[in-house]
Amino acid sequence: MAELIVFWVFAPLAVASGIAMLLQRNAVYSALFLVVNFFALAVFFLMLGAEFLFAVQIIVYAGAIMVLFLFVIMLLGVDREERLVEPIRWQRPLGIFLGVGITAEIFAAVRAGVGFAAKAPGGFALVNQGGNAQAIAKVLFTDYFLPFEITSILLIVAAVAAMVLAHRRRGAVSGPPPAGPARPQPDREAEVAG
Amino acid sequence: MIRLPLVLFFSAVLFSTGVYGVLARRNGVLVLMSIELMLNAVNVNLVAFSQYVRDIGGQVFALFVIAVAAAEVGIGLAIVILIFRNRESINVDEVSLLKW
Repeated sequence: MAELIVFWVFAPLAVASGIAMLLQRNAVYSALFLVVNFFALAVFFLMLGAEFLFAVQIIVYAGAIMVLFLFVIMLLGVDREERLVEPIRWQRPLGIFLGVGITAEIFAAVRAGVGFAAKAPGGFALVNQGGNAQAIAKVLFTDYFLPFEITSILLIVAAVAAMVLAHRRRGAVSGPPPAGPARPQPDREAEVAG
Repeated sequence: MIRLPLVLFFSAVLFSTGVYGVLARRNGVLVLMSIELMLNAVNVNLVAFSQYVRDIGGQVFALFVIAVAAAEVGIGLAIVILIFRNRESINVDEVSLLKW
């Protein structure tokens, strides 16, 4: 029963913060709503018996990834708001239609696949015996060892690629005439935008 | 113990919110944030099923999803910065060089 209360407190919070994120025109507020959403989902992980993922969610998502987002938003200029005029008239209604449509579709799929009354069998504590982190480590470093190593390669490639992409070469033509190829400082762009 | 469909419906709503964000928003950073929302909904599903079938593999998979999401955000934001540098804008509608 306690779990049900936690669910009905945090599920509306997560959905509301997700929707509020999309309705904000200022990107910084959107990022902060996304942080609220991540924390609510972290509570979900705790409720579902995944304590390690709870910590990872807060440290990696609410910590590292959101700082990256906020950094880029600040770098590109905070007061850069979207115009309200729609260049493509049917884009927003179509987006709402497809969003609602995929919800209905997943609802139908869940109903067909799991049934409405499906209840998790007890005894998950047995899987988590000796601690959730230990249980994950046991599986991660035996059965999933190769994917784990490949993930580390992926992260290195991603880090190098991000550096190569964002690096500004000296003397390279950096864009169309208004941008100007001979801009001395990369930091200037943030000032121009802000 | 919470019922599984309740969690699945919740994550479906969250996922659809992300889908709407990707389809309707034009700020490149917000599109990436909506993708994060979708990946998180998937993570909730994975953990819920991990509890349902009593197998820790779902949580390990959620961990991989988080790692891949981190890599994706790094690359995606680098591309957004690059687009901004070249076009003075992060409106994804204006990035139409490859459009037929």
